[in-house]
Amino acid sequence: MTSVAEKPATGTAEAPPPGVARRASAWARRAPLLPALVFMIIVTQLPFVATLVISFMDWNAYYPDEVGFAGFDNFARVFTDVNMRDAVWTTILLTAGVVLISLLLGLGIALLLDRKFRGRGAVRTMMIAPFLVVPVAAALIWKHALYNPEYGLFNGALTWIWGLFGSDNPPQPDWISNMPLWAVIFALVWQWTPFMMLILLAGLQGRPLDVIEAARIDGANNWQIFRSMTLPHLRQYLELGALLGSIYIVQNFDAVFTITSGGLGTANLPYTIYQIFYQAHDYGRASAAAVIVVIGTIIIATFALRTVSSLFKEEGRR
Amino acid sequence: MTTVAAPLNKKKEGRGGAWLSLLAWVIGILFVLPVLWMVLTSFHSEANAAQNPPAVFAPLTLEGYREFFSGGASPWPPLLNSLTASVVSTAVVLLLAIPAAYALSIKPVKKWSDVLFFFLSTKMLPVVAGLLPLYLFAQNAGLLDNIWLLIIFYTSMNLPIAVWMMRSFLSEVPVEMLEAAAVDGAGLTKTLRSVIAPVVMPGIAATALICFIFSWNELLFARVLTATVAETAPVFLTSFVTSQGLFLAQLCAAAFVVSLPVLVAGFAAQDKLVQGLSLGSVK
Repeated sequence: MTSVAEKPATGTAEAPPPGVARRASAWARRAPLLPALVFMIIVTQLPFVATLVISFMDWNAYYPDEVGFAGFDNFARVFTDVNMRDAVWTTILLTAGVVLISLLLGLGIALLLDRKFRGRGAVRTMMIAPFLVVPVAAALIWKHALYNPEYGLFNGALTWIWGLFGSDNPPQPDWISNMPLWAVIFALVWQWTPFMMLILLAGLQGRPLDVIEAARIDGANNWQIFRSMTLPHLRQYLELGALLGSIYIVQNFDAVFTITSGGLGTANLPYTIYQIFYQAHDYGRASAAAVIVVIGTIIIATFALRTVSSLFKEEGRR
Repeated sequence: MTTVAAPLNKKKEGRGGAWLSLLAWVIGILFVLPVLWMVLTSFHSEANAAQNPPAVFAPLTLEGYREFFSGGASPWPPLLNSLTASVVSTAVVLLLAIPAAYALSIKPVKKWSDVLFFFLSTKMLPVVAGLLPLYLFAQNAGLLDNIWLLIIFYTSMNLPIAVWMMRSFLSEVPVEMLEAAAVDGAGLTKTLRSVIAPVVMPGIAATALICFIFSWNELLFARVLTATVAETAPVFLTSFVTSQGLFLAQLCAAAFVVSLPVLVAGFAAQDKLVQGLSLGSVK
């Protein structure tokens, strides 16, 4: 209460010309922000401008004398390239597959962990572990220690189970060769389910419990409560999980690079661009592909930003 | 204890509840199993590691670790490079992000939410699109295979996350406390030190841990921009992509050693993990 009375006094104490003071104080407010802002503009925006410029150039590091303006040639080549079209399709399948499966699994597990039971904390900790293995290491473990047809754990477990029933010729599938894309998807689902589970669990724990109790007293059963109360409440968390997951998984490079090295139809866009740039050294074409990916991402990102900003406004209202 | 804690749900917790708890345990164990398998295999001999059916109870040995640390190329330089890149970039991120977050929450600039969303939008642009210009720049500036280039890139990669997280932590500082400090005539330094710092310290720690994890994990840029000198631990691990005879125990030892800092940091920041990954939008 005393602050109201004292505030004007401190404000007018110095009394320089009002316009100058206002501008000076605006800059004083901006000053702490500027280093970060300038840094981000230089490091993230300038390279994209450069990419855009290079995408219109004929530039292959193997032919340094033939650098020049190419018009839309690179874009035409990217659009007509079968590998590129396959990569777009693979990226969509990979991203949608991982996001949907890990979101559903994450939802189920979050619902299980939302109940009180003995060892809940321990189960939660166990669930987080996959997310905390370095992605390359995780991909290597899946490739060699789990999927390997001769000594991987999956086929080892099959041998053991068949052995229990006295059979000595168990099925020993070559997982990666038989279903390369699914092999990558499963490894990524394993890493991303904890992420989805954590977001959804946070959402579940923010539910208004008194309203749910009231519904239960009114005779609503578990399924009805889930359908008409829990799910609508979780909707924005599901959207957030799906969109953040998409942003990270669209960019996935580690798993594709490690598990299949882009072979057997698993090369996604980041891997394909990496190849055009790092192995074929075709800078113009790599940049054109990158520009197309950026445009695609902007479309997805617009939805993502809208979701985050709706969560954000909700928080503001609180 | 459970009977006291959940009186409302008690009537529903019959045999079905016990089955659901069991299911939760089974799923938890299935998810942690590959990690446990990695750790167990790393302590087995190469011969036992390659057995089918798996030799779960084989004698333990440090052979894999010995082979990893002193068998071929030493993993210490890459591990130290990763440590340098992660720690230095995290420090720079905090130095830039905390003042920025202050200017976006406690004393907000005009259009602060636009600025906030600019930071977020940079996180959505695919990194692969900026890779080539950075590579060409590094090549011309003689910065290829230089850890400082990675530090700059990792800083830009984590700065948006840190700004968002720090903003959400700083907005938890009660306005009344700031006003009270102003009334008492506390200057900026004093307000920062005795009002803001105690509230946001845990937040700064969580932000630092998450930035550390992301820098430590990064592969694509490190692979393209470094070679033998500035090689990081994930790049070092890629030498295991093609199988090399009996090497599973060594591979598991390598994967475990490289993941250990992240596992430690991640379990330490467990409670703040969601907040960081959702850029502060989920508490």
